[in-house]
This record gives sequence, structure tokens and C-alpha cells, in this order.
Amino acid sequence: MQTRYSFGGDEHLLAEIDEEMSLAAFFKSFAMTKAVRESRIRGVTEICPANASLLVRFDPDMIAPDELLAELQALETQADKAEASLRTRIIEVPVFYNDPWTRETLMRFRERHQDPASTDLEYGARSNGYDSIEAFIAAHAGAPWFVPMVGFVAGVPWLYQMVERAKQIQVPKYLRPRTDTPKLTIGHGGCFGCIYSVRGAGGYQMFGITPMPIYDPQQQISYLREFMILFRPGDMVQFKPIDRAGYEQIADDVAHGRFAPRIRPVTFALDAFNADPAGYARRLKEALGGD
Amino acid sequence: MVIEVVKPGFATTVQDLGRPGYYHLGIPLSGAMDRFALRAANLLVGNDEGDAGLEAVFTGPDLRFTAGAMVAVTGAELPPRVDGAPCPTWTAFRVRAGQTLSFGVLQQGARGYIAVSGGIDVPLVLGSRSTYALCTLGGFRGRALQAGDELEVGASKRPAREGKAVPISLRRGFGAAPELRVLPGLYWERITAEAGRHFFEDRWTVAPEADRIGYRFRGGRPLALVERKQPFGAGSDPSNIVDSCYPYGSIQVPGGTEPIVLHRDAVSGGGYFMLGTVISADMDLVGQMQPHTQTRFVRVDMAEALAARRDRAAMLRRLREALV
Repeated sequence: MQTRYSFGGDEHLLAEIDEEMSLAAFFKSFAMTKAVRESRIRGVTEICPANASLLVRFDPDMIAPDELLAELQALETQADKAEASLRTRIIEVPVFYNDPWTRETLMRFRERHQDPASTDLEYGARSNGYDSIEAFIAAHAGAPWFVPMVGFVAGVPWLYQMVERAKQIQVPKYLRPRTDTPKLTIGHGGCFGCIYSVRGAGGYQMFGITPMPIYDPQQQISYLREFMILFRPGDMVQFKPIDRAGYEQIADDVAHGRFAPRIRPVTFALDAFNADPAGYARRLKEALGGD
Repeated sequence: MVIEVVKPGFATTVQDLGRPGYYHLGIPLSGAMDRFALRAANLLVGNDEGDAGLEAVFTGPDLRFTAGAMVAVTGAELPPRVDGAPCPTWTAFRVRAGQTLSFGVLQQGARGYIAVSGGIDVPLVLGSRSTYALCTLGGFRGRALQAGDELEVGASKRPAREGKAVPISLRRGFGAAPELRVLPGLYWERITAEAGRHFFEDRWTVAPEADRIGYRFRGGRPLALVERKQPFGAGSDPSNIVDSCYPYGSIQVPGGTEPIVLHRDAVSGGGYFMLGTVISADMDLVGQMQPHTQTRFVRVDMAEALAARRDRAAMLRRLREALV
């Protein structure tokens, strides 16, 4: 990994930690994000961690671009020494896989898909070597995911599954993006998952839907009253398969202010994870508790 | 006092100078596409520069005033009328109780800014009154105006003089083919040296897909990408990268064909390489380009970008001296 710096016009500085995605690259970008935030460099207006990079927005009237670059390079040295561990939280996301709403939507856009004769789940299962969609769903919900980055539009988490590279689910995006995606669709493109926070255009394959809102600009949903966006960069997610009855129960609970997402604090250590990914995933799932 | 929306116009939204600080969660800056024009309109009517006004795109709204107010229209040449009588742009004029402000046909530019003494008073959301319609956030109910909406107006802060005008030298001219200055960078090395030359040589045309999120351009030669084995997680298309943050003004080129310049309602990140960024001094201008406008991208270095930024800042100082 060799960090590459480049200016985005006169107001942005990009630090690309690595060209390829890895947990190590994400950890370094996250450590640098933290260091930049804590150092309170004058003139810095936004600090945005991404999957294997970070973007700093600055006011060049307050800090010269080269001066900011030097500050970031110094902080990078510091981030290199930082321990690759993270105190964060794990959030359970209930998912109704193979639901009728994403299914209806994907049928409407079949001509934009690589494989018009299959559903997105069938395509995802087959192209990742699973012999059934059930086995594919079990893998999707079988290990937790990191949220390296939040964005695209308001509150969408990017998700990177915490498994060895050989087990990463990979699917291409649609050939041409859809003009419609149901709100709260669980999507996947390349090696990244996502949860669509609002209805709209999208190019990721659609595997299911969650009844748990993750963005509420009205701030009326009980657990989004303090802040309208649920996810933060650095969070972890564990998907939990539910059926139609489970979906409707949670949707009803959300509507009546009775639903609270299951969230637990955890500490994640990269070395321990790399030593035993499957065991680590199991322990994280246990930390979440529940059934 | 209240302004009644009789006709909304094509896409009229409430905007101020934006909502910084949440881009890392996917909430963009938003705010006026042409910030200089909004500041000018506000100063003309005695408002603070960052008060909320209306941004009208291509066509203006019909607005009925229930009380008198001072009004100014800046930015695009979108000719205002009060009960049918023409009024000048870039100039404060009075609208009396019961009168209707409407607009003639757009002459030049793309976005007109309408400031009303006291400012449009919608609730502050995360520190701003700007509308981010893609996620129904802020502004008037998170969306563009509709017929029948009633806009609250704040109390006037300081007196404004009817007929006060922005000096001609400080109004933006709209040349036939405006140029956009670009600092190459970000993932510039993804395109070949020849493609890099073509990008700056070719004439590009603003596509109909041009809105607050971004402006698409057509007409230049496709940009050849440097061949490589795609890095893990980047996706299969050669124009894909491991999803990264998108700077405001950054130029992504999906498939190497049509450049897209992201603007104030930018999507905050994604998986397309970017070849550089329109400099901050030219972002207002992008917002005033109509579809089918011809343009050229002009290569600058950081020193030139900063010099252009200083020029814009000096222009803003002259505006304040002229109006305050």
C-alpha cells in the first residue's frame, strides 16, 4: 500500500490509501480520518472516509494546499503506527430476502440486466458458485459487514463483508442503471453491499428489503429523532433473515414507535480477525445476542 | 407575511448558501448553484448574504404577495414583472400587497435568484434552509415549489432602497461559449495522454441531463482508458475504481464517454474514475449554463486556480462595497 495524494480542484485533497479494496486499506483510511479530525487543522471543512481512500475538503483562503498536504502526510505516519483496532458498534439489520417488492422492480428492468432470464438473487448465487439461493442468502447473512463509507445520497451505508477475499461476494452492477429502486433495498455491486436509504435510481443487484428505516429527514422515527441518519463510517452490520410475517411485524412496530434496532458496542481487532475470520465472525454475532 | 405560489415554475427551490459538514454521511452542501448571484440579490434587498431566496430554473414562478416587500432578481436574465409591468434584473424593486410577481421568457443563463426583503423563512434543517430534493431534506417540505404553497417571509432586517442596482461590471456576462477551467488530478492517470489532450481540445455541449446534482457533457471524442488489470473491488468496467468520495466540481467519465461535473447536490461518492475538478471560481458559471451550450475545458494548474479564486473574492468585495 502506497498512499497517493491528489488535489480535487482548489478545495479538495484526495488520499488514496490503496487502489484495491481490503480491510487493511479501510483501517488505514479510517485511522487517518480520525487523526485529521482530532488534529483540527485550520481551514478543513469536511473529512470524508471512503472504502480505501479519504477526501478532505478545505478552504484555501485559510490553509495553502501544499501546507495541508504536508499536514496529512505527517498524520499518515502517525496512522501507520496506530493499532489496527476499532471501538465501534454492531447493528442488526433484519432482511426479507427475495421479497415481492424488489422482485417486482427487478422484473420491470430485466432488459438492463446481464441475465434477463434469472432474478438478481439467482444470478448472484450462480455467479458466486452457490447451488441455491438459500445457500447464497446463508453466506450473505453468515458473516458481519463493515461500513467503510456512508454516502452516495443521504445515509446509504457501503458494506464490505468480513470474510476472506476468496469468499467475498462479487457481482457486476446492472448493465444500465435502473430508474427505480424501492426504499430500503439491500443491494450489491462489485464487492460492496449497500442499503438504499430512499427510493430512486440504482445499479446494484437487489437481494431483499429491510423494514428498518435508516434515514428520516422528518426525524419522527423513534430511533432517528436525535439524528436523521442511522449509520456512521466504521459501524458493523449483521443481516438477519426474516420472512413476510417478520417483515410486517417490524414495519408495524416502526410505525408505532415500538421498534428499536439491536445495537451492541464491540471492539474489532484486525490481527485477531485475520487469524480466524470465521471464528471472529461467530463471536461478533454472539456479541449481538438474540436468537 | 406570506407569498402564495400561483404557478411554481419548472423547478423552483428555496436555497441559501448551503449545509456544510455532513458530506461524509452523504448529505451534500446544496444551496444556490450560483452563489454570487444569490448574495447579490440578498444585498440588494437589505438581507444578509446567506439568507434564503428562491432559485428558479429556466422559467420563473408566479408569486402573489400578501404584504409589500422589496425584491431583487439576479443571475440569469429572467425578466421580472409586477402585475405585468416589466422590472429590471440586478435591481431592487418594490412589490405591494396583493401584487403578483411573474417572469417573462428566459433571455440568458439558466438560474434566476429571487430575494425578498426578510428572506424566505422555512425551518432550518442541519443549519440551512436549502432544499435537497433528492432526499426530501430542507427547503419547503424538501421539494420544489408547487401551486398553492404558501411561503413565510421573515422580518425585514434593514431598509433597502428601491432602484439600487448591481454595477454592470459586476454582473456576469454570458458569452457564446463559456470556458470551464479544470485542474487535472484525482484519477487523471486512468486516461491515455492522447485522451487527455482530446479532453481539452474538443468542444463539449451541455446535455439535457443537467441539474443540481451534476451536468453531463457530450460531443467530444471518447476518452481512451489506460489498460490495466482491475484492482480487487473496483468493478469490471475500466472506468470503475474502488468506490471513493466525489469532490464538488469533480469530472467523472463513466465508460470514458460523457463527462459529468458534479455540482451542489452532488452524490458524495461512487465507483467512477474522475479526471480532475472544475475550479471553485467557475462553479457558479456551470450553474448558469443551459443545455446545448457549447464549452471547452481549459487546463489550469493550482497557482492559476488560486489566482482565479482571488479574482472572484475581489469581485465579491466590490459587490459589498457597491451595495452595503
